[in-house]
Amino acid sequence: MRIKSLFVGLAAALIATASFAGRGSDGNVSIIYWQAPSILNPYLSGGTKDIESSSMIIEPLARYNETGALVPFLAEEIPTVANGGVSADLKSITWKLKSGLKWSDGSAVTSADVKFTGEYCMDPDGGCAQLEKFDGVTDIATPDDRTIVVSFSASKPNPYGPFVGGQTPILQKKQFANCMGAKAPNCTAENFGPIGTGPFVVTEFKPNDVIQMKANDNYRDPSKPAFATVTFKGGGDATAAGRSVLETGEFDYAWNLQLAPEVIANMEKAGKGVAIAGFGPLVERLEMNMTDPSPSLDADTRSTRKAPHPFLTDINVRKALSMAIDRPLLVEIGYGKAGDVTCDLVPAPDLYAAKNTHCLKQDIAGANALLEKAGWKKGSDGIRAKDGVKLSILYQTSTNAVRQDFQALIKEWWQQIGVETELRNLNASVFFGGDPGSPDTYQKFYADVEMYANTFDGTDPQAYLSAYRCGNEPKPESQWQGANINRYCDPAYDALLDKLSATGDLKKRGEIGIQLNNMLTKDSYTIVPLVHRGRVSAHAKSLGGVVLNTWDSELWNVADWYRIK
Amino acid sequence: MLTYIARRLLISIPTLIFISLVIFLLLNLAPNDPMAQVPLTVPPEVKQKMREALGLGQPLYVQFLKWLIQLFWIEPQVFIDYMFNTSFSEGKLRVISWQTRSPVMDIIVQRMPQTLWVVGMSYVVGILIAIPIGIYSAYKQYSVFDQVGTFVTMIGYSVPPFFTGVFVIVIFSVQLGWLPSIYDTTHTVVDWETFKIQLKQMVMPVMVLALQTTAMINRFMRATMLDNLNQDYVRTARAKGLSEWTVVMIHVLRNSMIPVITVIALNVPAIFGGAIITEQVFKVNGIGQQLIGAIYANDLPTVQTITFMFAVLIVLFNLLADIIYGILDPRIRYD
Repeated sequence: MRIKSLFVGLAAALIATASFAGRGSDGNVSIIYWQAPSILNPYLSGGTKDIESSSMIIEPLARYNETGALVPFLAEEIPTVANGGVSADLKSITWKLKSGLKWSDGSAVTSADVKFTGEYCMDPDGGCAQLEKFDGVTDIATPDDRTIVVSFSASKPNPYGPFVGGQTPILQKKQFANCMGAKAPNCTAENFGPIGTGPFVVTEFKPNDVIQMKANDNYRDPSKPAFATVTFKGGGDATAAGRSVLETGEFDYAWNLQLAPEVIANMEKAGKGVAIAGFGPLVERLEMNMTDPSPSLDADTRSTRKAPHPFLTDINVRKALSMAIDRPLLVEIGYGKAGDVTCDLVPAPDLYAAKNTHCLKQDIAGANALLEKAGWKKGSDGIRAKDGVKLSILYQTSTNAVRQDFQALIKEWWQQIGVETELRNLNASVFFGGDPGSPDTYQKFYADVEMYANTFDGTDPQAYLSAYRCGNEPKPESQWQGANINRYCDPAYDALLDKLSATGDLKKRGEIGIQLNNMLTKDSYTIVPLVHRGRVSAHAKSLGGVVLNTWDSELWNVADWYRIK
Repeated sequence: MLTYIARRLLISIPTLIFISLVIFLLLNLAPNDPMAQVPLTVPPEVKQKMREALGLGQPLYVQFLKWLIQLFWIEPQVFIDYMFNTSFSEGKLRVISWQTRSPVMDIIVQRMPQTLWVVGMSYVVGILIAIPIGIYSAYKQYSVFDQVGTFVTMIGYSVPPFFTGVFVIVIFSVQLGWLPSIYDTTHTVVDWETFKIQLKQMVMPVMVLALQTTAMINRFMRATMLDNLNQDYVRTARAKGLSEWTVVMIHVLRNSMIPVITVIALNVPAIFGGAIITEQVFKVNGIGQQLIGAIYANDLPTVQTITFMFAVLIVLFNLLADIIYGILDPRIRYD
C-alpha cells in the first residue's frame, strides 16, 4: 500500500489541529462519481458506486484502513485469537458493539440488528450480492444486546468476512424486517434511504442522478461530521468529473479518474485541486488459455479441459510471450502514476506480495532464443511453427482505449519473436457479462489469450487464489460459470490451497500465499501480470481530511473531512 | 375528421403491441447480462442467484406477458391511485428496474422535469430562431445574411454536441468561470435569485441543443419559402398592390409552413427522449441519460419501457402532424 501524494500526509497532520469546530460547521461538501449510484443497499447491487455511496450512511463492524489494517467501527475492538475474540479452532468469532450506539432515528443499535443483517443476506430468495462474505456461516448468536457470535462450519483462518468492509454494513432490523427474501427488491423506500449509523443520513435520493444528505444528529462522535450537508452527484464521464474538481472547482471530490496521465497532469495545472493515488491489489494481466479454443471443435469440447491447447501448453511459449513485453513502457503509456510494473498476481498487501522481478525487463532476444531451443522454427512468413502447429494467437479484451493501446504494442512485440497475433475487442458489458449463450464472454474464453484486470475484497487473497482450483473452470456443465479462467489444473496447487485454508498463523499464510502466486506466475506463466493498477481520485485544495483508501470504500473516513479555511 | 382520428387510433393499438414485442425480442436476443457491471470479485454462483431473484430464469413468453400486464394494467392503476387517492394497485408488482430495484415509471416521472425544461426549451428556442432566419434568408436569397445563415446552420448540422458541449464548457466554465459545467437537478426556483441560477445552468445545454434544432428547421423553412416565392399566386398578390409584408408573411408563410410543421411535430417525441449526448455532457440526468445508463447496465425493464414510450409518442405525433395539415390547408381532408 502506497499513497503517492504528499498532500495526504499534510492533510493527516492537519486533522490533529483542525475541525474541533463541531458538527455541521463547515457547510456543504460536494462529491462526484462518474458512475451514478442506483441503490443505497449494497446487498442488492454489489456495484462499487453503490457500496461507496452507501458507506456514508450505513457502516460495518470494522473497516480496512488505508494500509489494509482492520480498524473497529461499530465494534469495540478487532477480535483476534490473541484477545480471545476468535476461538482457538478458528470456528467462531465474537464481536462486541460499542456502548451507546444509536441509529439515525434515535433507537439503539443492538446485536439483533447484526444478526438480522446476516439473515437478510443469507435468505435463499433474496439474491444477495454479498453472499460470498457469509460463506460457511452456520449460526449468528446474540448472547446479549452488544455481543454477536458468528460460527462457521469449518475453521476460518480469515473470519473477517461477515460485517467487515463496505460490502457488508449493518442494516436496521426494524426498517428491513419486511424486506426479507423475495420481497427485498420491492422495498424501494428502504433501499433508497436506509437508516444507518454513519455520519450522514439521506434526505433525497434520485436513482442514477443525485443523493442529498445531511449530518446524522445521532452520530457517535458529537463533534463530527464537520459538514452539515452533502451533495453526491453521479453520471457523466471521468473527464468531466476530473474537470469539475481540478479545473472549475464546482465539486470537492471526484472518484476514480481513469484518465490518461497527461490529461490529469494538465487539469491539475489549473490549481483548484490535487490528484491522489492509492494502490490495492488490482492487477491488469494476460490470461493464457490452457485449452483449445478452436472453432472447429464442438461446443462441448471447445475451450474445455477435454482439449488441451495446441501450443500454449508448452511453458516455453508462455514464458517467451511474457519475456517479449516491455512492462515499464505499458505503465508509462497507460497509467502514469496510477500504475506500477508487476510480475505478481497478488501484488499487495505486503504480507502476501512475492515482489518478483523476473519480468521487469523486456528480453526479445532471450525470448527468441528460448523458442528456437524449444523447437519452434521460423517459417518463410516469419511465423514460428513446430510439427505443423503455427504460433498464431487470438488475443481478446474489452473495449477501452488503454487496453487497445496495450494490444497494439504487445502484438508488435510478439511479432518480433515470430508470433502472429489477431486482435479482438468486445463491449465490456458483453465480455464481463456471464451470458452462457454468448460466445464472447471472458469465461467462455474462445481465444488464446485475454486481458483484463481483477482484484479481491479486503486483504486476504485466499478466495482469490482458490479460483484456480482444478474443476473450478467455466465449462458447459456449469453453464460456463467458474473463476478458473485459464483452466489451470495442478494437484500440487490444490494441496497447497487446502493447507492455506487450514493455516491460521499470518506469517505462514503469507508464505503459502506467495508460493501459490509463484506457481501461477513465475513458475508456470499461466497468468502473465502486466500492471499493478492504482486508483486516482481528486479533491479540492480546500477539502481536508481525505485519506485515499483502496482496501475499503474511498469515503470510509468522510466523517473526518473538513473545510480548510 | 373524427372518424378518421378514431380509425387511426384503433390501428395504432395492434401496431404498438407489435412494436413492444419486437423491442422485447430484440433486447432478449442481444447478448446481455444485468450482472455484467457487478465486480468480478462477486463469485459466479452468487451472480446466478441474483439473476434468479430478478426473474431471469423464466421462459420468454412469461417475461413478456408479465411486462405487458405490468405496463398496461398495473401502471394505469398506479396513476389512478395517484390522481384520486384510491388503492387499486396496492400490493401489485409494477415494472421494476433491475438497476435500482424501484418502479421504472417513478424514475421516468422524476426525470421528466429536467428533460422537458432543458430539451423542450432548446426546441422552442431553436424554432424561434430558425423561422425568422429562414424567412429572411429566402426573401434575400444569396445576400450576405443568407450566406452567413447557411454557414452557421452548416456548422450546426455538422458539429456534434459532444464537441460543442465540451467546447462551451471549456470557454465559459473553465476559462471564464461564468457558468456551471454540471447541471444541478436538485435546484428549485423559488425567487428571482434562484431563477437566475437556474437560467445560468440552463444556458449552455439549451444553446448547444438549440444550435442543432435551428440548423434543421432553418434549412426546411428557407427551402419551402423559396419554392413558394416563385409561385404565380405571389406575383398576383404583388400585382394587386399588397404590401411586401402581407405577401411574404401572410400568403407565402402560411403555404410554406406545411412541411415545416411536419418536421417540427415529428421531432417532438425526441424531446421526451431527451438528448442522450448533451444530457451526458452537462450531467442533466434526464430521460436520455436514464436510457443510456439502462442500456449499459442491461436493465431490460427500463430500456423496454422507455423505448416503448417513444414508440407511443411517435405514433401520436404522426397523427397530430396529419391533423395539423388539415387545419393549415383546407384542401386536405381525410373523410
